[in-house]
Amino acid sequence: MNIKHSFLDAFVAAILATIVFGPIMGIVLDGYSFNLDVPRVAIIVGIIFVGRFVFQLTISTQGGRDFFQQFEKGRAGSIEVTDPGIKTVLAKAIPFIMLAAAILPFFIGKYWITILILAYIYILLGLGLNIVVGLAGLLDLGFVAFYAIGAYGLALGSEYLGIGFWIALPMSAILAASFGAILGFPVLRMHGDYLAIVTLGFGEIIRLVLNNWSAFTHGPNGASAPPATLFNLEFKRTAAEGYTPFHEFFNIDYNSTHRYIFIYLLVLIAVAFALRLKHRLVKMPIGRAWEALRENEIACRSLGMNHVTIKLSAFMMGAAIAGVAGVFFAAKDGFVNPASFSFIESALILAIVVLGGLGSTVGVVIAALLVILIPEVMREFSEYRYLVFGLLMVIMMIIRPRGLITIKRDRKFSTKGEGAVVETKQGEGAA
Amino acid sequence: MDSLAIILQQLVNGLTLGSVYGLIAIGYTMVYGIIGMINFAHGDLYMVSAYLTAIFLALLSFFGIDSLPVVLFLTLLGTMAITGVYGWVIERVAYRPLRNSTRLAPLISAIGISFVLQEYVRINQGSNDQGIPALLFGAVRVPVGNDFFQITYSQILIIVVSLLGMGLLTYVIQKTELGRQCRATQMDRKMSGILGIHTDRIISTVFVIGAAMGAVAGVLVTLNYGSFNFSSGFIIGIKAFTAAVLGGIGSLPGAMLGGIVLGMAESLFSGLVNTDYKDVFAFGLLVTVMIFKPSGLLGKPAVEKV
Repeated sequence: MNIKHSFLDAFVAAILATIVFGPIMGIVLDGYSFNLDVPRVAIIVGIIFVGRFVFQLTISTQGGRDFFQQFEKGRAGSIEVTDPGIKTVLAKAIPFIMLAAAILPFFIGKYWITILILAYIYILLGLGLNIVVGLAGLLDLGFVAFYAIGAYGLALGSEYLGIGFWIALPMSAILAASFGAILGFPVLRMHGDYLAIVTLGFGEIIRLVLNNWSAFTHGPNGASAPPATLFNLEFKRTAAEGYTPFHEFFNIDYNSTHRYIFIYLLVLIAVAFALRLKHRLVKMPIGRAWEALRENEIACRSLGMNHVTIKLSAFMMGAAIAGVAGVFFAAKDGFVNPASFSFIESALILAIVVLGGLGSTVGVVIAALLVILIPEVMREFSEYRYLVFGLLMVIMMIIRPRGLITIKRDRKFSTKGEGAVVETKQGEGAA
Repeated sequence: MDSLAIILQQLVNGLTLGSVYGLIAIGYTMVYGIIGMINFAHGDLYMVSAYLTAIFLALLSFFGIDSLPVVLFLTLLGTMAITGVYGWVIERVAYRPLRNSTRLAPLISAIGISFVLQEYVRINQGSNDQGIPALLFGAVRVPVGNDFFQITYSQILIIVVSLLGMGLLTYVIQKTELGRQCRATQMDRKMSGILGIHTDRIISTVFVIGAAMGAVAGVLVTLNYGSFNFSSGFIIGIKAFTAAVLGGIGSLPGAMLGGIVLGMAESLFSGLVNTDYKDVFAFGLLVTVMIFKPSGLLGKPAVEKV
């Protein structure tokens, strides 16, 4: 224990904190004048002083050093490999979870249904981005562009081409994937960081075009989108010419919740499909190629893998999923406008993927639910949510860059009986 | 209006805008050059410096200091110092622990810091636009044929201070011991360490220099336009990054040249073609440059070593 050194270190930290937090927190602008708020600064400087002091004291002992050493190990953290054919507890529970999710909307109100729909849409987006960032290791900061393309695909498609929800669903996926290919093909030859900025620029271009090209997209006023239909049955009180409303066909009372329950179930099916898709893809050669490329691009290329087509497939797959999510978003609200597709959305999806664990499916699902539901449950938290997300992104990168749930992958062949060491951990959730 | 006058006017505006981009681009390009990461939070440091400018102006007028040159000088100095500390603290807290982490980690951390800075300012200072009173009035009018174009005094201030700042920085990097160490660390960090350069300290210094240059831009733009809010760092940050890429990322003169070229191109585009799409034009330029000439105007092509 070195109290004097710790105290000096904490003192320096406190001075820096005063300089950093003092002006912005302590002097609140009010017109051309200002109001002082000293207690706020004093509290935060006090917290930093005490925190730093305690940290320095802990780290000067052997036990403390060992404690922080764990995080060092987590930082390097390689991927665990499990034996094939092991069913985790989670894998067994999936049918029950799905069933529970499917009957849930019949017991909760419209408000919660819409929130859950949004949460599921974010699961879709998270899964899509997870293929791009988590599996292929390509940082895409303009992911929301493909989401926008999907949503506007439904809205503008129904306006100009007269297509409905069911045609828009595959069309938007294809459209988003083609945009992904157009953007990706020239860009994917370049380095990771550059890709991040180019995709960011692309995302902003799409948003600005949607915003400014009023003649085609109706600009900031937005465009209306048709709702989803069940075999041409509409979920409205009175249907359009030549259509039958859902409640008349089944001879039940009209209830505006039906429409949301229907979309809820559709999104749930889409989520299940996307989960299954990802689960299969990581076991297929293409999925293995993505992960191999993420870990070491040079090694992959020297083994004769075509890095451009491999990256492009990940990019397009992610874009297609985002396109589908966009169609659901537009059908849910019945309305789209460019303000829903700003950079903050891309960053939010990225936060979901990062918090959940790059490459981990379970992690993404949990993170998406938490990110959307927590601000709804705790209203006072929603004011601070982006601050917390930002802090969490930094902290996660420092202590666990592979995410809360580290991914595991199946070995191609069983190594049992060959004398090899098998690092199997059961029951912690599959990747 | 005479079309020649319009073009000249837009060039003046472009030069002003471009020198601001150049100042911010220095932060991106130096950091990228030395540790190969895009400091995504740099644009938000610019935003923080705009708030600091307003705070300093309010404080100075509260203490009854109203001599304009003194006010400007103290504001510039104070804002640069505090923003520099921001740069140092951010590097120390969010980037240094990630020196040996995965490639994506520092970039994601930087995006997190960008969120944190914006939200921290929004929560503490409110989400409304803030403003400062106009301090510099008047303009120089230059006749062209039957028409004229004008340069306001604040535009002159921006151009002169930017050029001075860039000149001073070039001198420091090219001629002093510190600059030599910076260049050495940029060329080969490991070897510089072996030869006795404290590379961590040099990296911190680069972050401080970048933040301080961004702060100069923040002060100048705030004096010129007068209003800002918590999200104003985003667009200008991306554009300054475009400038850095245009000039060749990692190259100091490239950042300045790229800034001025981008500023001019953007002003001409918005003056002659369409104002609504000027951001689209800038981002489109970024994408085009990245695809066709990723090494930029003055940069060296990147060679990947195994």
